[in-house]
Amino acid sequence: MRSRIYLPLLIFIAALIGVQQITSYTGTAYYLTQLTMAAYYCLVIVGLCLMIGYAGQISLGHAGFFAIGGYLSAFLTTYDLTPMKDDRIISFLAKAGFLWTREDLYGGQMLIFQPWAACIAAVLSAVLIAYVIGGPVLKLKGHYLAMATLGFGTIVYRIVLGMTALGGADGLSDVPPFKILPFLEVSGEMSDRVQNYYIAWGLVVVAVFLSLNLIHSRIGRALRSIHGAEDAANAMGIDTARYKLYTFVLSAAFASVAGVFLTHYNGGIGPSEASIMKSVRYVAIVAVGGMANLWGAVVMGTLLNFLSLRGYFGTYDDAVFGAILIVIMLFVPRGLLHMDIVRDLKALLSGRDEEAV
Amino acid sequence: MRLLDVRGLSKRFGGLQAVSGVSFGVSEGAIKALIGPNGAGKTTLFNLISGFLTPDTGAVLFHERPIQGLRPYEIARRGIARTFQHIRLFPKMTSIENVMIGRHLHGKTGFVSAMLGLPGIWREDRGAKERSLEVMEFLGISGLADQEATSLSYGQQRLVELARALACEPGLLLLDEPAAGLNMRETAEMASMISKVRDKGIAILIVEHDMSLVMNISDEIVVLNYGEKVADDTPLAVQKHKEVVRIYLGEEE
Amino acid sequence: MNIDLFFQYIVAGVTYGAIYAVVAIGFNIIYNATGIINFAQGEFVMLGGMTAVTLHHFLPLYAAIIAAVVITTAVGGLIEILFIRWLRRPSVLRVIIITIGLSIIIREAAMHIWGEGVRALPYFTGTSVTSVRLGGVFISPQVLWVAGITALMVAALNIFFGHTLTGRQMRACSANQQAARLCGVNAGNMVTLSFMLSAAIGALGGCIVSPITYVQYDSGTPLAIKGFTVAILGGLGNSFAAVAAGLVLGILESFSIWVLPAAYKDVVSISVLLIILFLRPSGIFGSAETARLKEF
Repeated sequence: MRSRIYLPLLIFIAALIGVQQITSYTGTAYYLTQLTMAAYYCLVIVGLCLMIGYAGQISLGHAGFFAIGGYLSAFLTTYDLTPMKDDRIISFLAKAGFLWTREDLYGGQMLIFQPWAACIAAVLSAVLIAYVIGGPVLKLKGHYLAMATLGFGTIVYRIVLGMTALGGADGLSDVPPFKILPFLEVSGEMSDRVQNYYIAWGLVVVAVFLSLNLIHSRIGRALRSIHGAEDAANAMGIDTARYKLYTFVLSAAFASVAGVFLTHYNGGIGPSEASIMKSVRYVAIVAVGGMANLWGAVVMGTLLNFLSLRGYFGTYDDAVFGAILIVIMLFVPRGLLHMDIVRDLKALLSGRDEEAV
Repeated sequence: MRLLDVRGLSKRFGGLQAVSGVSFGVSEGAIKALIGPNGAGKTTLFNLISGFLTPDTGAVLFHERPIQGLRPYEIARRGIARTFQHIRLFPKMTSIENVMIGRHLHGKTGFVSAMLGLPGIWREDRGAKERSLEVMEFLGISGLADQEATSLSYGQQRLVELARALACEPGLLLLDEPAAGLNMRETAEMASMISKVRDKGIAILIVEHDMSLVMNISDEIVVLNYGEKVADDTPLAVQKHKEVVRIYLGEEE
Repeated sequence: MNIDLFFQYIVAGVTYGAIYAVVAIGFNIIYNATGIINFAQGEFVMLGGMTAVTLHHFLPLYAAIIAAVVITTAVGGLIEILFIRWLRRPSVLRVIIITIGLSIIIREAAMHIWGEGVRALPYFTGTSVTSVRLGGVFISPQVLWVAGITALMVAALNIFFGHTLTGRQMRACSANQQAARLCGVNAGNMVTLSFMLSAAIGALGGCIVSPITYVQYDSGTPLAIKGFTVAILGGLGNSFAAVAAGLVLGILESFSIWVLPAAYKDVVSISVLLIILFLRPSGIFGSAETARLKEF
């Protein structure tokens, strides 16, 4: 049982190493940049897959959590606190080691948050927000749930776009690298490219490991039962509201961690990361992967994000994801990476009723 | 001793008084049936007891403790399991997985320890699976364990749903029209299963339209009409009850 | 705040409120016929406005508007025939995702056709500075156009649904598709018609407000969210309430500029949506019991 679950994970890790080796031998290491970014988007997608595919709750606002993570850590690690350094709270934070000084672009000293402290603050904020709004939001179903999460995403987008402290339409830049360990640093430096590839995918591996355990536990089974028939699950003693909330919070945590790391990797973040289109894109990838198919989501997330980041879709980038949504949901609602895809298509063409999604 | 005690339960939907002031009890280890014409409030009553609806007035006592107004999952945890009039099995899950959901409330693994994949949870899960298989064997459906539950025949689905409820190890089982949609042979099979369940000491409250089934297996019958209790007696006495006969045969007095 | 400014806010609120109400009615028409919330509803408004602006280069204003409405109506019908009609018992999630996909495709197509620029039809009467005096306040004649045409639209819809055979058949379908089918109503065509009708009123709405609010390839999504807010506020399926709710939201939004920067206008109205959803998902005018009965 156990080995069957972890075997794909080992293959996945081997593939990650293989890809890195191939790029290094073929002199195509520049691909690693997009692969690293794709990894962070995959992290969002893994969480969303648990939410949509397993617990059966749609979220059209997950870019919001990504943005909360990214923007908060960007803000805390770039906002100069020097003018306030005599403030009691600030001096306490400085003494406690949450702050450090860093040279700005012009050689001046700025007093800013340590990336570690900023990261924890950002992720905790996202988790807290998810916890608070998750209660009422997840009571909703169907269209109401879709609109409420869409509304949440739009609010975050409007706020990051409207706040001058967050850079408005330009976003925040000059975000310093994030030294996780003395020898590991999240940064866009060319020399750090390989280690950043492994940091990013390492996070995905951890997230997938945790998710696999969850899916194949009694909790995962309970989540699927909520998806299938929520009232029946409730009648079987499952606290459906609580499990939905926990899954929502977990997926928000994954998204915000991705936001924090990608922001340090890119050295900044812009409002487009919070846009509805980003949220919809995540949903599209979960859908192509086959909804309740974690590996499908990871494979599709890597592939589509990589192609998109390499610019293969040109100006049709968003349109491609829109088309994917329509085509998948019309013809193969169980996703592309599915054993029975041929059977599905046949059933569709012969016009048989198929209980879908 | 009364296991379940329903006292003066009422529920109104807009202008419709679905249940009004209904009281009755279910004794430990007994089969009690709820009958009445369509719209008499039987399913509403079921939903009030199992927590899907909150009563306007009245009380529901289980083991002498009030349970009205609790959420369905809390009521299930106290030992009341139910089935549904329209079968509510979990799609895309095998029969055994469906039944294992019934074992959920006996599990301990939390969200975080499940994520970390701590060793104990695998043992717990194996135990849940074994217990679920035992229940399916008891109902004679262990051969269906690995089939997708919603692809089974109607009669088999009813039995899987029953197994799922039994896996909760309830003190009281609520069966909402367990024979609906079944043919005569399947109905007879269902009747024998229900008796078998009662013989294990589980009390049963059953809503059913099939009169021969109800008369054969019930110890006592409550008759509802327009949300009010008309009779509450043994099958024989109910059959002779004037008001009941009038309701069912529409005879003039 | 002086009284003139107060009325200016009211007038602006009425204009925006009217377009929200139009989108909400569009939601209602399709929802009543199919139980589907069409997330591409806002795109109909954008499409109507954009098409009319382009056609106005060759045609007189009234002809451009009529042609734009006809074209958008055709698009609405086509969408239903191509993407919705042949889905059998689709899950709510599936339909949501399909209509979201459609909204993206329409928006991206609009971006490729018209670019990212902001466009507008000319004022129907006079120019942007023309104003008429109405009981002591000066308001733009375009606002009167908006109010008048919206009122006419609601009245016409009411007559259509209440007093024509087709309208009654559509209502029958929404009440019970099976029964309506047995009585010889072609339910499929009624659904197509509902998409066409909601596309038509969306397009007309887009035309009449475009001189004031402008139109851009991506103006659809915010309109959809606010239209939905209004539809919920009024209780889904209720058109008169939608107009009232539209005005409430429009005016609320317009007064929010008074306390918050204009950039947060959307935040205000979406917060209203969330608060309503959390507190009273059946809407202010709807009933809680029926909302729970609808599979939503």
